Amino acid sequence: MAKVIIYPTNSLILSDMVERFGHEPLAMMEKIKEIINTVGVDSPPLNITPEGPKHGLKYAAVEVPAGVRGRMSLIGPMIDLAEAGIIVGDSSISFGCMGCARTNELTKFLIREKDIPILEIQYPHTEEEGQDFVYKIAEFLKSLPSGSDEK
Amino acid sequence: MSDKGDPVLIALVSCGSEYAGVQSELEKAASMLNAKLVYPEMDVATLDTIGMEFGLEVASPDLRLMMARAKAVVEGVAKVDGVFVTSCFRCAEAAIVRNELRRYIFEKSGLPVISYSFTERTTAATLLTRLEALTTIARRKHLLARVKQSGITAGVDSGSTTTKAVVMKDNEIVGEGWVPTIKVIESAETALQQALDQAGLKREDIQAIGTTGYGRFLIGEHFKADLVQEEITVNSKGAVYLADKQKGSATVIDIGGMDNKAISVQDGIPGMFTMGGICAGASGRFLEMTAKRLGVEITDLGDLAIKGMEKNVEMNSYCIVFGIQSLVNSLAKGSSPEDVAAAACHSVVEQIFEQQLQEVEVKEPLILVGGSSLIAGVPKALGDLLKIDVIVPPHSQLIGAVGAALLASGYVSE
Repeated sequence: MAKVIIYPTNSLILSDMVERFGHEPLAMMEKIKEIINTVGVDSPPLNITPEGPKHGLKYAAVEVPAGVRGRMSLIGPMIDLAEAGIIVGDSSISFGCMGCARTNELTKFLIREKDIPILEIQYPHTEEEGQDFVYKIAEFLKSLPSGSDEK
Repeated sequence: MSDKGDPVLIALVSCGSEYAGVQSELEKAASMLNAKLVYPEMDVATLDTIGMEFGLEVASPDLRLMMARAKAVVEGVAKVDGVFVTSCFRCAEAAIVRNELRRYIFEKSGLPVISYSFTERTTAATLLTRLEALTTIARRKHLLARVKQSGITAGVDSGSTTTKAVVMKDNEIVGEGWVPTIKVIESAETALQQALDQAGLKREDIQAIGTTGYGRFLIGEHFKADLVQEEITVNSKGAVYLADKQKGSATVIDIGGMDNKAISVQDGIPGMFTMGGICAGASGRFLEMTAKRLGVEITDLGDLAIKGMEKNVEMNSYCIVFGIQSLVNSLAKGSSPEDVAAAACHSVVEQIFEQQLQEVEVKEPLILVGGSSLIAGVPKALGDLLKIDVIVPPHSQLIGAVGAALLASGYVSE
């Protein structure tokens, strides 16, 4: 099983596919679940406090807007853990959306910078493209090691 | 501080606030004012088309969400009393959207709208004054419609540097007081007593009292004030009242000890406004330090500046430390004190022009208020920069206190 970072980081479809092929998706939903369940922190809606953007300084300098650094405080540690990555380009908002173009650019850059297997694929617009899209992702996921220790 | 009754509904049109950790601060500030933040509903499909529809194609989906929400407000889909437009500080893409949306909402809906760029350090206290002004405009329009002072009222402006007080009687200022702010309550007591002594009146003669400024809550409680109000509303009212420009449009600029305000006013009611952050380089403090370095009284700095040419002095920074260093270097190179004084006034004004006046529509008359307006070089530099006549009304340094006394008289009639 490999830890697979997905982009868009909150894509339910991608996350589900990664899981179906026996890997662990590194996705925003799990991260958000983790922080909103943090006992003693009450900062709705996402429970991100001003500490978040400070933690994000590990991934982006202080002149980068607080919203980007706050997002990076969630995404950055996932990228650190990633053993593989899937980046879907030009996807529609309904497929997954991080909201901030600068965060998107940085996220993709940091994934690409890692020495891990990465699948870069464009979002499909026709049925045929859709089938090819799913096939390529499936093949990529099958090619990954089935156990984390088998890397 | 919160008003009873129905909460004021404020549409929050924002990008990044939940990820920057400031969302709870926004909610906290709103609840302190009995306001409710609402998020205008829109069709998610709108996000794909809103950029072209609005004419502003941006890459960030959350900025497109801001546009869609602004449209929902303008079209009346969301029934709100005011709009707060906010995004991350230092995001250029968001700054463009924020400024254009503020203009769009204000022009198309007439709703009061303010904008702000936040960092993770933005707290509820910082947001409070801005949101308070927004809720006041929505909640107290009848009070803001007041054009004459009546009865005997007092206004106390507890500023960060000085505390000002006035006593007004039958639409005239009959007493004034002005002391440095040291201990907030004691300074307010002294300023008010000065004003009462000058007016020949006693405390019990005052029928209503209004407080404003940084210390407004503390002194408001101390004096059992009828009106405790932030500076944006009060200063707008005071400025157009003293300048006798209560009808039509006007722009008010207040250069304070800690922050500056640029307010676009219509019939005495603030519309768009900006409050500068805490930067001493764009404040009266910069001028105080320049005067000290030149060995002149602050009251003489203006006359000195009028005689000087700012272009003769090279300033490398707006900063109160490095900017003053530039001025000192110029003096060492032989620049005249007149030129240095002019450069200091120009520096303060230029910073306000660059950082604040870009965000409000400057409509004449331009009314300059606050202590710095008395330094003649400042209105001159502002007039030169904007190429328009700058009005400095009488008692311009007492603007907050006068506005508070004027608005407080609404409680006499009531």
